[in-house]
Amino acid sequence: MANIISDETIEYVGILAKLSLSEEEREQAKKDMGRMLDYIDKLNELDTTGVEPMSHAFPVENVFREDEVTGGDGSEDMLRNAPARKGDMFAVPNAMSH
Amino acid sequence: MELLSLSAVELGAAIREGKATAPEAMEAVLGRIEEREEALRCYITIDKEKALERAVEVQRRIEAGELTGPLAGVPMAVKDNLCTAGMRTTCASRMLGNFVPTYTAEALRNLERAGAVIIGKTNMDEFAMGSTTETSAYGATRNPRNTEHVPGGSSGGSAAAVAAGECFFALGSDTGGSIRQPASHCGVTGMKPTYGTVSRFGLVAYGSSLDQIGPLGRTVEDCAAALEILAGAGPRAGQGEAASRDMSGEGGGSPQGTLPGRKDSTYLYRKDTDFTSALKKDVAGMRIGIPRDYFGRGLAEEVRDSVRAAAELLGRKGALVEEFDLSLVEYAIPAYYTIAAAEASSNLERFDGIKYGYRADDAQELHRMYKETRSEGFGPEVKRRIMLGSFVLSSGYYDAYYLKALRVKAMIREAFARAFARYDCILGPVAPTTAPRLGESLSDPLKMYLGDIYTISVNLAGLPAISVPCGEDGNGLPIGLQLIGDCFQEKKILRAAYSYEQFRKDGRGEVPGDGG
Repeated sequence: MANIISDETIEYVGILAKLSLSEEEREQAKKDMGRMLDYIDKLNELDTTGVEPMSHAFPVENVFREDEVTGGDGSEDMLRNAPARKGDMFAVPNAMSH
Repeated sequence: MELLSLSAVELGAAIREGKATAPEAMEAVLGRIEEREEALRCYITIDKEKALERAVEVQRRIEAGELTGPLAGVPMAVKDNLCTAGMRTTCASRMLGNFVPTYTAEALRNLERAGAVIIGKTNMDEFAMGSTTETSAYGATRNPRNTEHVPGGSSGGSAAAVAAGECFFALGSDTGGSIRQPASHCGVTGMKPTYGTVSRFGLVAYGSSLDQIGPLGRTVEDCAAALEILAGAGPRAGQGEAASRDMSGEGGGSPQGTLPGRKDSTYLYRKDTDFTSALKKDVAGMRIGIPRDYFGRGLAEEVRDSVRAAAELLGRKGALVEEFDLSLVEYAIPAYYTIAAAEASSNLERFDGIKYGYRADDAQELHRMYKETRSEGFGPEVKRRIMLGSFVLSSGYYDAYYLKALRVKAMIREAFARAFARYDCILGPVAPTTAPRLGESLSDPLKMYLGDIYTISVNLAGLPAISVPCGEDGNGLPIGLQLIGDCFQEKKILRAAYSYEQFRKDGRGEVPGDGG
């Protein structure tokens, strides 16, 4: 079974992945993803009826801790790598479209 | 004393005995880097001055009796996806080209507390996605054995640095073979422990259910010694004894309340981490299984013969070696790439140009800034996996692709469980071929993925595995032997690997690790 990736699909994936692709990248991505999915379709040879999906090799539980006030101020560390800041805040471009 | 010919553990002993010092060892390594780094490019970042300063400080603490461990004073290299406070951590990506972490990865802190001294950060495939170290945004690393060939990947810089004597041991991360495969290609030893053995806090995430940090070294002993320290729970470990997970049961009981230092919810707080105690030259009675399905089409003859010869050697020394059918081997790669891409697409969402890292500078609107930042910051292989991951997780495809892969993962784990009911170790090749030529793999991603066939099922099942040198091909490129153990059975594979290394050395009258 050959997977043909449509322009709509690659457009949608681009939105999900937050990537803007050039025309050339888009064509390459369609080809690469189609080929990869052809290969992944091999999994359909296996009957997995009744098999529980396993996300971790071991059971993983949520880990809780007390919510204690420690008084530490990590804001300078948090902001140290910010591409743009304004005082003690991360600065971002206009969040509303014009 | 020729310091560069020593293993990490030998160097540690020489320093403790006063026959060498940490600054001397660092000078020797920096000298080697001076000679070879231009041709090999193992490192992305080296700060020679700081490295020497740290070595002087560690030496002072060794002489004061504060540092007594086996690796105190030993220079090490660190893969550039492990956060280092104050030292640039790029993941070999343009996205993190200017990222200087404010904290150090837990695993690395353990080694620093034990007195190991960081030289610098090693090259890798971008965000650990790749098998050749060619997807790095900072240029490819070359194989020290033959600079026309890749060192493997994704921990290729770490493996090459060990092989070239540009460090005494190194840290890598293994999501689908990224420690074992470059170790094999460069002729060094590399180990991936059981999932959860080493804290991943401070490791930049790729596939969180698969990622595990581990050591690369010249000898099995070096890897065991480093892993013993890596796996530790930190200085407050003692307080957590009562709360440690019980490893005798199926995956252990639930952790009670707050565990000290716990910053990775999958970290297991194992108590059985005295890995060096397993280094015995004795395989008598050890049951070793060889999967017939690992010796099929695609395996290079010279690799097959070397691995077979290794199995025979272990058999002659008293191990009970037999072939068996593991099954499902050909389904591991499609299951792995589905799961790893899905987790990568989720993990890499954090790179949005706001909190850290690269930001496209001319975008006037927030959403456009996200897209341009990511499109300019990530390389082609990373984008490929993010897109595939976004697709298999998207509504309408989630069940057919992602859940299907997780079901196959459960079946693969079952197949290993059946095998480990009969065998102490599984023995096979690490990779189907020796290191490919530079440029050969990038043109065909799917072909590159197929090279992971013997390593990735280990990550899917959470198992420990080690790669040990077992020969070389006609061009002098190294071949690795892989020993896989059941979960928490690191000691069995370490014993088998150590024994093999020593028997092989006896046979050749040479040092292990193939020089380099």
